[in-house]
Amino acid sequence: MAKGLVKFDEERCKGCELCVSVCPVKIIALHETKINSKGFRPACVLEADKCIGCANCAIMCPDGAISVFMREEGDEADE
Amino acid sequence: MKTVFELTKGILPEETTYCPGCTHGIAHRLVMEALDEEGLLGKAIGVAPIGCSILAHRYMNVDMCESAHGRAPAIATGIRRVQPDKIIFTYQGDGDLASIGTGEIVQAAHRGEKFTTIFINNAIYGMTGGQMAPTSLVGQKTTTSIEGRKKELSGMPIRMAELLATIDGAVFVERVALDTPANVRKAKRAIKKAFLVQQKGLGFSFVEILSTCPTNWGYNPVKSLEWLKENMIPYYPLGNLKTPKEVE
Amino acid sequence: MSEKVLMKGNEAFAEAAIRSGCRYYFGYPITPQNEITEYMSRELEKVGGSFVQAESEVAAINMAYGAGAAGGKVFISSSSPGIALMQEGFSFICSTEIPLVILNVSRGGPGVGTIQPGQADYYQATRGGGNGDYHLFVYAPSSIQEAVDMMPKAFKIAEEYRNPVMILADGMLGQMMEPVILPEPVPAIKQEDIPKAKPWALTGTNEARPHNVIRSLYLVAEELEARILELDKKYQRARKELVEYEAINLENAEVVFVAYGSTARITEEAIDLLAEAGINAGMIRPISLWPYPYEAFDKIPSSTKAVISVELSRGQMIDDVKIGCCGRFPVSLCSRVGGMLLTPQEIAADAKKVLGVE
Repeated sequence: MAKGLVKFDEERCKGCELCVSVCPVKIIALHETKINSKGFRPACVLEADKCIGCANCAIMCPDGAISVFMREEGDEADE
Repeated sequence: MKTVFELTKGILPEETTYCPGCTHGIAHRLVMEALDEEGLLGKAIGVAPIGCSILAHRYMNVDMCESAHGRAPAIATGIRRVQPDKIIFTYQGDGDLASIGTGEIVQAAHRGEKFTTIFINNAIYGMTGGQMAPTSLVGQKTTTSIEGRKKELSGMPIRMAELLATIDGAVFVERVALDTPANVRKAKRAIKKAFLVQQKGLGFSFVEILSTCPTNWGYNPVKSLEWLKENMIPYYPLGNLKTPKEVE
Repeated sequence: MSEKVLMKGNEAFAEAAIRSGCRYYFGYPITPQNEITEYMSRELEKVGGSFVQAESEVAAINMAYGAGAAGGKVFISSSSPGIALMQEGFSFICSTEIPLVILNVSRGGPGVGTIQPGQADYYQATRGGGNGDYHLFVYAPSSIQEAVDMMPKAFKIAEEYRNPVMILADGMLGQMMEPVILPEPVPAIKQEDIPKAKPWALTGTNEARPHNVIRSLYLVAEELEARILELDKKYQRARKELVEYEAINLENAEVVFVAYGSTARITEEAIDLLAEAGINAGMIRPISLWPYPYEAFDKIPSSTKAVISVELSRGQMIDDVKIGCCGRFPVSLCSRVGGMLLTPQEIAADAKKVLGVE
């Protein structure tokens, strides 16, 4: 199970791909088909179980669309 | 579950009208994080002049004042006199600070005004649609230098951090960049130090932040970060130019 | 009650501002008002205030904007070319409703002009050199005592209306010396009392209230229009409440002068000279230049033959005189410019010429 967990606010996302470019495990991409209400393809996580919780994506996001958490012992399996 | 990163309460919920990938969003957040983490949000007053970031008051959750082009350091000086215990900052672009506002920034530094200037250098005039800035690079194509900036016509781009570092009253001067997560983390540390310098009443503090303008550079946001690294950093070297010994 | 002292105009203006509770001054050297800046540099800190010699008038007006936005009671002064540099600031300050008192010790222009007195800033003061729909409230004293009495009133109006007030003096008033009784000092507001007195001011949220924003940018046209109409209500109210003038000897006047500031005092002497020559002359002395006392002109009897605008300019106030007269009387200009002053004899001679008598 992944150490890290990221949440993307798809409505705030402008599809700029800065997060995509800085993810060290390359698990972020713009949604293939979904478009948010602003007309952007929002970023999303493709392989959540590989997330290392480094927060590079959140740090580079200009729109505050990303929150990052670290799983601790005793956390529910798929929170 | 431990929170590694959550948006600071210093950034208001309203979605920004900044372009996709514009590093203003990162810079705004770093300034607010720096204040939030030191418990200074309630004491902070910001001045945001003409430029894309005149809208900063929509996003920064502190008392904010709009400013005419270039005048923010004078406004901050006035605010400082009436509110001497507050944390005051100006947030200025390159057209603002390095062109029309050179008088005000130099004089504020000269007086050693106890506020912090966050200088967003993206080598172009963003809000007005991509004209040449004093910080635009030689050869850089802009709407007022369509063949590229020419040294013989417009001079060499101006290095504001170096210029201000020669002034006694400017006690903390650092240049950072937002092109990589590592550099973004360094930028935040510099901003925090600048506010610490202000809190200790040591003098004028200045952080120049190399930033992108994807829309007017004509590159996508990710390529813009690369352009910044390959073209701006060699001309505008990163690093600390001056730090008072009290905060070393 | 303060005692009578002999003071130079500029110094009296500065002391009156301090006694009116002003604690912030941002100035730049310019003749003929330097005594104000110098006085403030000596005296303001003694009362716990703050003086900054700014790098320019452009910087000074913006420092005043910032200090006012932060809730301070601010006074600034300059002279004509310096006031020209402040125009952008006035527009911002009116739009953001920041209280401020400005004193213009006006001199001859245009351009560098001269350091001697002039009244050619009338358009600049009342029509505004900044952009957009706004008005300064403008008052013209004709003696040092009147200026000094105006000062606490100017601060009160500025704070009540949340609008800048300009006292339009001239180089003569600034440089002359007269006996004057200064106003009783009022205490300055303490920093901790500002949030209550001025809840809109930039004092820091304390994370206990929504943030205050001082702004003049309204990108949505409907919003800006609504904002301008809101400000306009203030100007309509001012037109009703802030008009001030003096009417002298209008009844049976054959000729009526309209003059303000130190020129009005000289014109009073011309009235005496004309009386000796058997000519009945009167005067309207506007004290508020904006809002202008158009209503005073209704008091001119229809038997009056001519109205003369007496100005140290090539005719700026004359526009308002014509509006006031509403076509009832011929209006002419009696003027000297370039730092030259009118004499009572010149004014009287002009009246005789206009009336076609010798």
